[in-house]
Amino acid sequence: MIWLPLALFLGFVVLFAMQLRNPAEREVESAMIGKPLPQFALRAAADVPGLANTDMADGKARLLNIWASWCVPCAAEAPQLEALRKQGVEIVGVAIRDRPDDVAQFLARYGNPYSRIGADDRSTVQMGIGSSGIPETFVVDGKGVIRYQHIGDIRAEHVPMLIEKLKEASK
Amino acid sequence: MIAEFGLAALWLAAALAGLQLFAGIVTLRGGEGLAGLTRPLAILQGVLTALSFAALMLLFIRTDLSVKLVVANSHSAKPFIFKLAGTWGNHEGSMLLWVAVMAGMGALIALLERRLPERTILATLATQAFVGLGFYAFLLFSSNPFERLPRPAAEGMGLNPLLQDIGLAFHPPTLYLGYVGLSVAFSFAVGALLTGQVGPTFAKVMRPWVLGAWIFLTIGIAAGSYWAYYELGWGGWWFWDPVENASLMPWLAGTALLHSVSVLAARDALRAWTVMLGVVAFSMSMVGTFLVRSGILTSVHAFAVDPERGSFILVLLAIYIGGALTLFALKAGSIAEGERFSATSREGALVFNNVMLSALLGIVLLGTLYPLLTEAFGVKVSVGPPYFNPVGAIFAVPMLVVMAIGPLLRWRRDRVARVRGPIIAGGLLFVALLVGLLVWRPFGVLPLIGLALSVVLMIASLLPLRGRNLLRLPLAVWGMVVAHFGLGLCLFGMAADSALTVEKLAAARVGEVTEVGPWQVRLDAVEPVAGPNWAALEGRLSARYRNGKAIAVAPQARSFWTPPQQTSESALLTRWNGQLYAVLGDETDDGRWQLRLWWKPFVTCIWYGGLLVALGGLLALIGRVATDLRRRAALGKIASRKDELAKVRGA
Repeated sequence: MIWLPLALFLGFVVLFAMQLRNPAEREVESAMIGKPLPQFALRAAADVPGLANTDMADGKARLLNIWASWCVPCAAEAPQLEALRKQGVEIVGVAIRDRPDDVAQFLARYGNPYSRIGADDRSTVQMGIGSSGIPETFVVDGKGVIRYQHIGDIRAEHVPMLIEKLKEASK
Repeated sequence: MIAEFGLAALWLAAALAGLQLFAGIVTLRGGEGLAGLTRPLAILQGVLTALSFAALMLLFIRTDLSVKLVVANSHSAKPFIFKLAGTWGNHEGSMLLWVAVMAGMGALIALLERRLPERTILATLATQAFVGLGFYAFLLFSSNPFERLPRPAAEGMGLNPLLQDIGLAFHPPTLYLGYVGLSVAFSFAVGALLTGQVGPTFAKVMRPWVLGAWIFLTIGIAAGSYWAYYELGWGGWWFWDPVENASLMPWLAGTALLHSVSVLAARDALRAWTVMLGVVAFSMSMVGTFLVRSGILTSVHAFAVDPERGSFILVLLAIYIGGALTLFALKAGSIAEGERFSATSREGALVFNNVMLSALLGIVLLGTLYPLLTEAFGVKVSVGPPYFNPVGAIFAVPMLVVMAIGPLLRWRRDRVARVRGPIIAGGLLFVALLVGLLVWRPFGVLPLIGLALSVVLMIASLLPLRGRNLLRLPLAVWGMVVAHFGLGLCLFGMAADSALTVEKLAAARVGEVTEVGPWQVRLDAVEPVAGPNWAALEGRLSARYRNGKAIAVAPQARSFWTPPQQTSESALLTRWNGQLYAVLGDETDDGRWQLRLWWKPFVTCIWYGGLLVALGGLLALIGRVATDLRRRAALGKIASRKDELAKVRGA
């Protein structure tokens, strides 16, 4: 009887430890992988052109980066985006709920790897392509079909993997 | 420099805690050399953590954008009070507050407590240091609040707009004082287990600390509930959200502890049980913290979702709670059984109260953890009011009935016949109220019982005053009366809210009048307004109560830009008999505005009742402390007289 509280408590610890090892699904995979981009046309968010889905059906595979100037991991992944650009990868950006001044400031500070940036003020495009967080990066092939989704910031170790995915998408 | 200073103070405090634990262990094993060190160490540790927390506040006030935590949770355009509140509106800062409160409590024990045998105090302070060490490690190794960014940011990211509210400035610190204050009960319990000295003196020493923590917990829960009520714009005041439950569980355990400690103090009974509750109460605080911080449960409060931190706290839980329960199992047998008493007695009623409170605690704990339990088997469920309300009522109603009768009973042994009069009168009143209410209009079962019972409770809670000289009545008795009355009032508010609330969802054009209960509400205009870091559409409403004078009400739909988020600021109009609650929604395509209106009769009684419960605790606390001070003064006098006598004789 006197050991009962301890036994109950240990059961509780075991249950929790189990649940900690498979945390609730917080990363939501896009249901749009393998499907073409939805139709959209976003105004420019900075002094590079805006972005429409038709811009991405020119036969060339590229990265579509969901980001925002107010997002700290986005600043952390900026050097990796820059490295990808230097390797000849084209990157287009969608700025989520952002203001032009802040976007300009961010790009001035961390560099601009984007050939186009669309302003997604109400997250409609973000939702449309099945992104639930910021930053996320999508590989889009030359026909405008979403081929791969990377959730979270791009770290240095992800760069070769993304280049590989781009190659696959170009085939 | 400030960040480095804060971090250094924190490291130093952690080192002192280690030393304090070491000194305690040495002393308990029979060494004498370090015994004198413990109290000064505890005091110094309290000062250092306070300085460390002050340093973090200063960083937030200055919006130091080289500090990661400030960047992530603040913004230079934020009003001063919310910059300040940003200090604890995040994981790291609130853990620092936790540690600071915990060390502060230890310092206070070291400064003030002289009644218990020194060995028990040292064991208590060593326990406090031991628990503290875990949380220092947690802060320093996995949640350093003073971490700098490699390059200062241009601007901060702002604080979650829902949290930019005056309610937030006070809700978490108050709750923390309560949560962490219970660590004192835990440490006293463990200290007493180690030295085997559990008795009335132990209970009297522990009681004011438990009372203090419990008062803050009560205020914190009431404030949190009111904050959710007006800020979230859902018109509800309790959602059985895991985090709310996490604050309710320590409160239930603390309430049980408060009552059992009274039995121990007055009658030297319930020794092992009181020690057990002391362990359980703080364990519930830690479990609550774990649930919130690990992100293991989905909650509106989900902050700092991080499995790594979750693992860290789980290990701490296993060490502290597991350790204390093991110690309890090993040592409880050596604590002699206390005095006996008959079932019909004050103690009997208090034991019943304890059993019911523990059952309620079990129910809330089970309901909160049930989704986890089923998820282990691959089934996703969520547990809400349909479980908590009726199942909780099964235990709450008998407990409340006994709460009405218990204070009338005598200690040790009593006869039911002696209190037959009030019981019959109360029963008759209850039945009459039930019938009266049912004749008036149909009700759900729970609100019906709640309304009738609450009225009986409020009247019955005043009965202990009958036939006593009110001016000479001890403050502690006043405290009990006020707290019990407050609980009745709180229940009345809850039942009235769920039984009598009228809700209206309207799409109104400007100039249109909407009726809700006794109110006529006219939408006069919708206009833009701007604040320091937000812009809003404000609905200008004029409300008339039963065709009386028009009163202006102005709910807002606010857009914050740091970070971008929409909130709806509900507008409340309070009368003595209830509140009108208005929320402005979106504009429809044809130019009408969505309005949500509630008339909530007597809803404010919930929080007034809660505050009365806390006030009752405060009265009891003042009474107990005053008695203790008088006793100390008297003892001092006796001692000085003895000295004089000795001098005279010696001469």
